[in-house]
Amino acid sequence: MIAQDTLTTEEMAEIDHEIALVPVRRAAAIEALKIVQQHRGWISDDSLQAIADYLEISPEELDSVATFYNLVFRRPVGRNIILLCDSISCYVMGYEKIYVQLRERLGIGFGQTTADGRFTLLPNACLGTCDHAPALMINNELFRNVTEHDLEEILDRYH
Amino acid sequence: MTWKKYWTDTTDDMERPLTEHISFDRPCYNLRDYEMNGGYQALRKALTLSPENITNIVQASDLKGRGGAGFNTGMKWSFVPMNGDYPVKYLIANADEMEPGTFKDRMLMEGNPHQLIEGMIISAFAIQANISYIFLRWAYKKAGRLLKHAMDEAYAAGYLGKNILGTGYNLEMYLHTGVGRYICGEETALLNALEGKRATPRAKPPFPQVSGLFGKPTIVNNVETLCNIPHIINNGPEWFKSLGKGNDAGTKIYGVSGRVKKPGLWELPMGVSMRELIEDCAGGMANGYGFRGALPGGASTDFLVKEHLDISLDFKSVAVAGSRLGTGTMIILDDHTCPVGFVHNLEHFFAQESCGWCTPCREGLPWTEKILLSIERGEGKPEDLNLLETHTRFLGPGNTFCALAPGAMEPLQSALKYFREDFERHIDQKKCPWR
Ligand SMILES: Cc1cc2nc3c(=O)[nH]c(=O)nc-3n(C[C@H](O)[C@H](O)[C@H](O)COP(=O)(O)O)c2cc1C
Ligand code: SF4
Repeated sequence: MIAQDTLTTEEMAEIDHEIALVPVRRAAAIEALKIVQQHRGWISDDSLQAIADYLEISPEELDSVATFYNLVFRRPVGRNIILLCDSISCYVMGYEKIYVQLRERLGIGFGQTTADGRFTLLPNACLGTCDHAPALMINNELFRNVTEHDLEEILDRYH
Repeated sequence: MTWKKYWTDTTDDMERPLTEHISFDRPCYNLRDYEMNGGYQALRKALTLSPENITNIVQASDLKGRGGAGFNTGMKWSFVPMNGDYPVKYLIANADEMEPGTFKDRMLMEGNPHQLIEGMIISAFAIQANISYIFLRWAYKKAGRLLKHAMDEAYAAGYLGKNILGTGYNLEMYLHTGVGRYICGEETALLNALEGKRATPRAKPPFPQVSGLFGKPTIVNNVETLCNIPHIINNGPEWFKSLGKGNDAGTKIYGVSGRVKKPGLWELPMGVSMRELIEDCAGGMANGYGFRGALPGGASTDFLVKEHLDISLDFKSVAVAGSRLGTGTMIILDDHTCPVGFVHNLEHFFAQESCGWCTPCREGLPWTEKILLSIERGEGKPEDLNLLETHTRFLGPGNTFCALAPGAMEPLQSALKYFREDFERHIDQKKCPWR
């Protein structure tokens, strides 16, 4: 099957850079998924096919890699991604309260996206900042010792 | 502030080689600052020694892996073939830190990236590897930025790249950022992830030391392990041994999280007691909270309880007490937190992160999680406790393909032992007594 979609020149250049660093073409699979996701927000079936063609592997094989990892998105996501730590130290320190507040405030639960596409809310395993629990990340930014009070102000920063 | 320096308010003269040059009140050292404080002197010295000699020094220092298993680092290196038959070898820093409750490698990388890089160059030289990777957790954005910058500086100064410091030794270093999965931290699964595949573990033997990344001899070491190497080269194995208090050599980055007054990280001699760590460093339990138990080294270690407070936190003493030192970062269970809910949270994590390769783990962990959830909701039956115990055996050591499932069973089996009454109260009262 020929991809409906093709990779952009920019995406191909970035993937080529990764391919040059590894002994076999397919070893750049994860990097290629990251690159395309960076440009498009998520990995659609068409994007997957295009990357697989480019790496000369089957789309099934690439999908088995894509679906293995937590942060490769095979469904559309919102403009901002909230990753709420639900692991043990954050559990002890009360992440569940933050979750309840996020659900009420945004009207979505884990795995869902707001109707206006502003936020996707996902649970995340330990963010490695356990002395400052509870913690969450929005896009590339880490927030620690999050209180119900802070949360409003944090959310307001993202549009 | 990410990290409180316990020792700023002490007057002890304890040596703290790993964190001596770390302060979060200022930006981390750049190359020049690092060099002015003795940085890269160990590398200069190492390059005058034979690779075998370095391995022997590290082996003699009794440095044990800080990634959880506690294997002698020099011994591990000594299994790498050195006869020239293998032109391609790899050294990998395991910076995937995803064990719940573990946050020490983040501090070391954000606090002093050059220390890790210098440790990696010396270690790579010792096994004569010409390519090295830092396998970094996706979430560690700041560490990634700082490491990238430090690597660029090291290349520009001739510490990395071709003909390092004119010795003819070549080493490339790459930063690989993962896309999130706990199993990537298991060293053979990490190799598959670096090869662009699903991160399922590999059968051992062959061990990675002989057949690792792309089938070539490979050493995978934890970040903290590698950060110790420059100091051992500078000061010698006897000095390193003298830093430890009990059965083990060196210092350790210990951590405490949960309901204590001052959660944090501290570099202390190997073998401090649990009491010192919790009471002196972490300031004791937070007001209104009592101590019930702790996982001493991350989520996959057995609970220790009050009777263990005076044991030394070294590999052997913790094992004798029935647990593992693991990563040395402790999670406290307080008396306001339901032990069943606590263990359910852990098993939810392990079930979600099982790679699915072998049946006992793939099927057994979700089942374990469901039983715990039903007990927590007040729907548990008395026979459930036996069922959970059966799981701790079926998923225990020797029955699964890697150590994830046995690790998952450690907090469960010890919770059934120490907090059995709490499980029974849920079943008798048909509800969680904490809710
Ligand atoms: C499920 C699982 C996850 C692991 N995660 C990590 C990790 O994130 N970081 C780490 O250094 N070691 C981790 N390990 C241990 C590694 O397999 C390996 O033993 C370690 O990196 C070796 O380094 P060391 O000898 O320096 O301790 C993990 C092991 C298992 C079974
Ligand atoms: S024990 Fe679990 S994580 Fe390890 S190989 Fe088996 S299924 Fe995968």
